[in-house]
Amino acid sequence: MSKPDIDHVSGTETTGHEWDGIRELNTPLPRWWVGLFYLCIIWAIGYWIVMPAWPGITGYTHGILNRSQRDVVTAEVDALKAARHARETELAHASLQQIQSNPDLLQFAMAAGRTTFADNCAACHGAGGQGGHGYPNLNDDVWLWGGTLADIEHTITVGVRSTDPNTRQSQMPAFGRDGILKPEQIDDLTEYVVHISGRAANAPAVARAAKLFADNCAACHGPAGKGNQEMGAPNLTDNDWLYGPTRADIRDQIWNGRGGVMPTWAGRLSPEEIKALAVYVHSMGGGE
Amino acid sequence: MNHGFFERNSFILLFGILIVVAIGGAVEIAPLFWVNGTIEKVSGMRPYTPLELAGRDIYVREGCYLCHSQMIRSLRDEVERYGHYSLAAESMYDHPFQWGSERTGPDLARVGGKYSDEWQRAHLADPRSVVPESIMPPYAFLEKTPLDYRDIADVMRANKAVGVPYTKEQIDAAVADLRAQADPNADGVDDFRKRYPKAQVRDFDGNPNQITEADALIAYLQMLGTLVDFKTYHADAPENRR
Repeated sequence: MSKPDIDHVSGTETTGHEWDGIRELNTPLPRWWVGLFYLCIIWAIGYWIVMPAWPGITGYTHGILNRSQRDVVTAEVDALKAARHARETELAHASLQQIQSNPDLLQFAMAAGRTTFADNCAACHGAGGQGGHGYPNLNDDVWLWGGTLADIEHTITVGVRSTDPNTRQSQMPAFGRDGILKPEQIDDLTEYVVHISGRAANAPAVARAAKLFADNCAACHGPAGKGNQEMGAPNLTDNDWLYGPTRADIRDQIWNGRGGVMPTWAGRLSPEEIKALAVYVHSMGGGE
Repeated sequence: MNHGFFERNSFILLFGILIVVAIGGAVEIAPLFWVNGTIEKVSGMRPYTPLELAGRDIYVREGCYLCHSQMIRSLRDEVERYGHYSLAAESMYDHPFQWGSERTGPDLARVGGKYSDEWQRAHLADPRSVVPESIMPPYAFLEKTPLDYRDIADVMRANKAVGVPYTKEQIDAAVADLRAQADPNADGVDDFRKRYPKAQVRDFDGNPNQITEADALIAYLQMLGTLVDFKTYHADAPENRR
């Protein structure tokens, strides 16, 4: 290699390699590119020294900064808690009247409640709290387990038929499935429930079912079918239906005695979050 | 630098490539198997029950991981939404892990206990019946398909072979335990609970006459993220720093 071989078309030096008369140009990388490449290597060496980098036999190099993303997130969450602390404490001890008369506190509770609701409650109760088949509507003034702020807070905390030892608990018998009543008796009771909800019903069936209702249903739903919030027994006279208004829906419910499950939120949400959530739900329309 | 030697001998080039790639693997992967504290010391983690394991296999079979991650990252907004960030210990019995890399749906690492079984059933059968804006496909066949668990003991043996500490007692009782978890009135429920602390026992799919794939999948989902006792886990302890 005495004299560089120059390609006469491009004027570029070749590598001297030749395959079937085709020669390879030797075009060096741009200087700025090569410079950047070596800069990256230098940067990496600096990074190894400063940040956690190299694994070893029993541990790893922690670097001069000893940085840990878990420390970072813990600090960030703590800062968030500290920022909320004063208002959360105020909220935890405030009564409904105090919250409602304090616009600042109310705004805080509503904002926190709205976010928590969207994350945790909307899947069943709907994004607007409108409920669904088997999931109570939270916008109306019909409450299975009570609609005061304290009732709502307690229901959220312990859940309904949940795994919490203090859960709200009641179980309607499956009058048909478990053979407690005969099918024709359930037909009569269906007519009776239609009747007390203020709709036209088969009068002889209603008459036959009066005693059946008193014997089997009144203990929870009350002698007049007005419900009982102590047991989460719905009011049957208000034309608000958890499992549907039709005769088929009502008959199905008497037959199977369905009862929904609401999880306990005690472990998942903090008491302050639950209080804010209760304020939010209470404000949706029917709070007592 | 003279690389003509490699360029002119393809097998030597191949060998050279293997060595370079192996260095990368040895440095990045191998130490994770012996560095102390890759996996946090926690209380509460246990191997999956046979029913949960069968549900996990359905989760993998249906490709749930393509849209749902099981990895709450150590970022503030994730911790705010989903709860405590995921620990390595929480997936130490997963073969393969289900961390996922895409969230078309929400993260499921702590979905256990968040919704009722009935909601899970309705949502699997027809997601839009409970979440109108959902784009998840329906899996209505799960509650109509009987669970095939004839090989569940072998599945547990396979997991044991890759490091899940199933005992001989647990493997021997696999089929009985699987049935017991789905039936609170079964004979072996007490023994089952002893073998798998904190296991939830109930009829998950609302059909007491049959153990279906929905039973298994819902049992698995309702367990996710509920095992580690975070009251005894101290995130700021030196050994838990990462």
